[in-house]
Amino acid sequence: MFFQHIKVRLAAIEYSDIFGRLTLEAFKHDAIEASVGISIIFGSIILVAVLTYYKLWTWLWTEWLTSVDHKKIGVMYLVVTVLMLFKGVVDALMMRAQQVLSVGDSFGYLTSSHYQQLFTAHGTTMIFFVAMGAVAALMNIIVPLQIGARDVAFPFLNNLSFWLFAVGASLLMVSLMIGEFSGAGWVGYPPLSGLEYNPGVGIDYWIWSLQISGIGSLLTGINFLVTIFKMRCPGMTLMKMPLFVWSVFNSVILIVFAFPILTATLAMLSLDRLLGMHFFTSDFGGSAMMYVNLIWAWGHPEVYILILPAFGVFSEVVATFSEKRLFGYVSMVWALISITILSFLVWLHHFFTMGAGPNVNTFFGFMTMIIAVPTGVKVFNWLFTMYKGKVHLTNPILWFLGFVFIFTIGGMTGVLMGVAPVDFQVHGSLFLIAHFHSMVVGGVLFGLIAGYVYWFPKIFGFKLNEKLGEYAWFCWMFGFLLTALPLYALGLMGATRRMDHYEASTGWAPLFVVAAIGAIIIFCGIGFQVLQLLVSFKERNKNRDLTGDPWNGRTLEWTTSSPPPVYNFAFIPEVKDRDAFWDQKQTGIPLHGEYKEIHMPKNTPLGFYIGVLSFTFSFGLIWYMMWLAAISFVGIVVCILLRLFDQHTDFYISAAEVKKIEEQTLKNKRFV
Amino acid sequence: MNKLVKFAFFLLILLSAVFIGLVVLNIENIAVLSPEGMIGQKQSNLLVLSIYLMLIIVIPVFILAWFVVWKYEVSKKHTDYDPEWNHSTIAEIIWWGVPCIIVIILGVMTWKGSHALDPFKPIVSDTKPLRIQVVALQWKWLFIYPEQNIATVNFIQFPEKTPIAFEITSDAPMNSFWIPDLGGQIYAMSGMKSQLHLIADGIGSYRGLSANISGDGFSGMTFVAQSSSLEDFEEWVASAQNSPDPLNFQSYRELAKPSSYNVPAIYQLGEEGLFDWIVMKYVMPMPAHKEKGMNHVFPTY
Repeated sequence: MFFQHIKVRLAAIEYSDIFGRLTLEAFKHDAIEASVGISIIFGSIILVAVLTYYKLWTWLWTEWLTSVDHKKIGVMYLVVTVLMLFKGVVDALMMRAQQVLSVGDSFGYLTSSHYQQLFTAHGTTMIFFVAMGAVAALMNIIVPLQIGARDVAFPFLNNLSFWLFAVGASLLMVSLMIGEFSGAGWVGYPPLSGLEYNPGVGIDYWIWSLQISGIGSLLTGINFLVTIFKMRCPGMTLMKMPLFVWSVFNSVILIVFAFPILTATLAMLSLDRLLGMHFFTSDFGGSAMMYVNLIWAWGHPEVYILILPAFGVFSEVVATFSEKRLFGYVSMVWALISITILSFLVWLHHFFTMGAGPNVNTFFGFMTMIIAVPTGVKVFNWLFTMYKGKVHLTNPILWFLGFVFIFTIGGMTGVLMGVAPVDFQVHGSLFLIAHFHSMVVGGVLFGLIAGYVYWFPKIFGFKLNEKLGEYAWFCWMFGFLLTALPLYALGLMGATRRMDHYEASTGWAPLFVVAAIGAIIIFCGIGFQVLQLLVSFKERNKNRDLTGDPWNGRTLEWTTSSPPPVYNFAFIPEVKDRDAFWDQKQTGIPLHGEYKEIHMPKNTPLGFYIGVLSFTFSFGLIWYMMWLAAISFVGIVVCILLRLFDQHTDFYISAAEVKKIEEQTLKNKRFV
Repeated sequence: MNKLVKFAFFLLILLSAVFIGLVVLNIENIAVLSPEGMIGQKQSNLLVLSIYLMLIIVIPVFILAWFVVWKYEVSKKHTDYDPEWNHSTIAEIIWWGVPCIIVIILGVMTWKGSHALDPFKPIVSDTKPLRIQVVALQWKWLFIYPEQNIATVNFIQFPEKTPIAFEITSDAPMNSFWIPDLGGQIYAMSGMKSQLHLIADGIGSYRGLSANISGDGFSGMTFVAQSSSLEDFEEWVASAQNSPDPLNFQSYRELAKPSSYNVPAIYQLGEEGLFDWIVMKYVMPMPAHKEKGMNHVFPTY
């Protein structure tokens, strides 16, 4: 039956055995799409030229691409994240521009299908490759340092996770140049995303981009769950872990439970599309509603996967820059745990309007509102941490204050939509868009940026320019409000999301103009951040952090040098207090004996190879080049087998070398 | 406190004030907050009440956020620095307890509101409700008046103060049927029949739309919902019944083909069971609309 389906399907399209359904048509784009593609190609050529000119290929390969060092993997996540952020922001600006221009008789500068690809790509990029990427970056770099470990539990798996993540991102980018991307929205509801209404490659790009990076995320989740459980240094009981570690711990629990749902759901959708099955079609007993339930059973935990680490960052930042212990640690931990559990009980609030009935809607509405309680508790605890403290208005604290305002408003509108009967009037509208951007920008992004500024000196060894950071914060904050507030109003006026045109009689145009101005101000904010990075790099010798502890920190990552040596800690620390480093500063830094040799994992290119092969595997399936998919799949299996039988995955750093590195660090400290 | 932060605080207050001021001044133009029907009005009341309840928590948070910065900023050289103070049982009870109470109140409101405003629940009224069957197509709305034997595209008319009973399905990707001025929306799904009960309190012309992405022409899926006096409605029905265009399976098949930004059209209803056929054709054990000769009652589509 499946073969019958494939036969019928292939007969209906232009198909060749070698190139599948890839024809020259796939490379033809309109001027706007083409210019994006060309600039990507141009950028890559420049990058390759620079790397070749400075003979950096070997360095790149041995030091970075094949590295299993959690800090380097974290930095690579950061690089991909920043690149994808640019893409996501450009998407956003283009959408804002379209909604300003496309009113009344004018239909703007984008076709409907291009516009739909834009918002789908924007959502997919921002959630999967910016927010997830930044979370993975911070958690990679900081968690092992905060728990006093030398690496994660499974260093090779960590490298592999990164490559799967990068492959997901590159599939999305390739869709800009070869073929098209999905236009069915970032959660891709069938039947719109099914074969009947969308037979093209766009949906398949979306599926495989998510599928591959989703598997990467799942592996990261397992890796960090084990790392946090098994690799904490002596003395660090669960209730002595820094709150960032607690937040990541809860976040990875969510990943481990939620991401398999995504993998299974996407697998079913691609079976529908590839083999003509009927999991989610409208006929033959399939149910599109089942897809909607499944995707949100993953999708709602997903947003908490993103926000919890941001909460963790704020817990660290607020305590450090108030020079005070975090208020209500136990309460904070239980708040995290309750959010984690509750986040699995609210998915239906994404579709109250499906008509499941008042009892079902009430249950999910009530659960949704309950989540606001532990979240609110956290805000109060942070503010009370500042109470009676010495508050330094550094960049991270500014991001925190911006978060308090925007996130609280977002939380309020969120609870409002949890009141199911009210949701019927705002569901799917721009009000919803404004709400979740308040959470994801004001919450997740502000949190991650605060973390980036806070831990930047730890990662790179020098501090970021404060002044430019303040300007960036100011632009982000008010740019965001200028965008979001009109969208709240527009939603209440009946403007729906994903709309590429509206009638002039609605009178919405001025509000869309204000929203577009806001988006431009946000873009200026990003400009300031780029400038901040460049200026800080130029003045790095002035801003160097030689002490390893630039902020008078409280937790273990500040006990080691900035950047930390490859083995993180010459001696595995012992912890007696929640704020371990703060405690050491009060009671005296412990003394250690002779340096010992250190056991470390060896770099391996296999993660990179598997990444490349999963790219060709996905590309083959997207374009029906079955031979390519088959060869790639065999290649992946071979790589895994090679790794399984590899006996030489580790090495020792000699005591003499450790001594040399540590003495240099001490000399630097004395120099300060 | 540095100047930029002070300025930011000032700007925040200003921006919030301007926003709230503009919303209040233009409330007439904000469909959800000044609806024209009983259902929408109740939803709006619930919305406003919920916001007031939440402000009990939100306003103290904002004041506290300003206060801790104003009082404890390091350059203020305040004297009550207490680096070890990290617990207060009373404070914890307050900020776990008070939000819980508010959430319980909101929960009760949700429970009552969900039942009272259940879109499937008919509106209690002395007037006999008007039945309108709605089909979401690529990319237009088809409305069937089974009792008046007429059908329209992207336009509906109905008498004021009369409950309207919508039965909604889709012969296209999922859409959401929404008339913000009258009240909340419901999904239009193929093979399903959702219901929505609305009522207009007066005469007026309202914008209706699809609130769920359904493909290329999605933005053009707007329609006019015209509430008129009973006499005007009857006159309109009479003229529609004389429409030269019949809607039967053949013309439906033409109509169902993808098209965007369709202008309103009026038909005589030529097939009584059209709506049920559209719903049922997805429910059949085989994809009947694709396989010829499967269905004897209705022509294959």
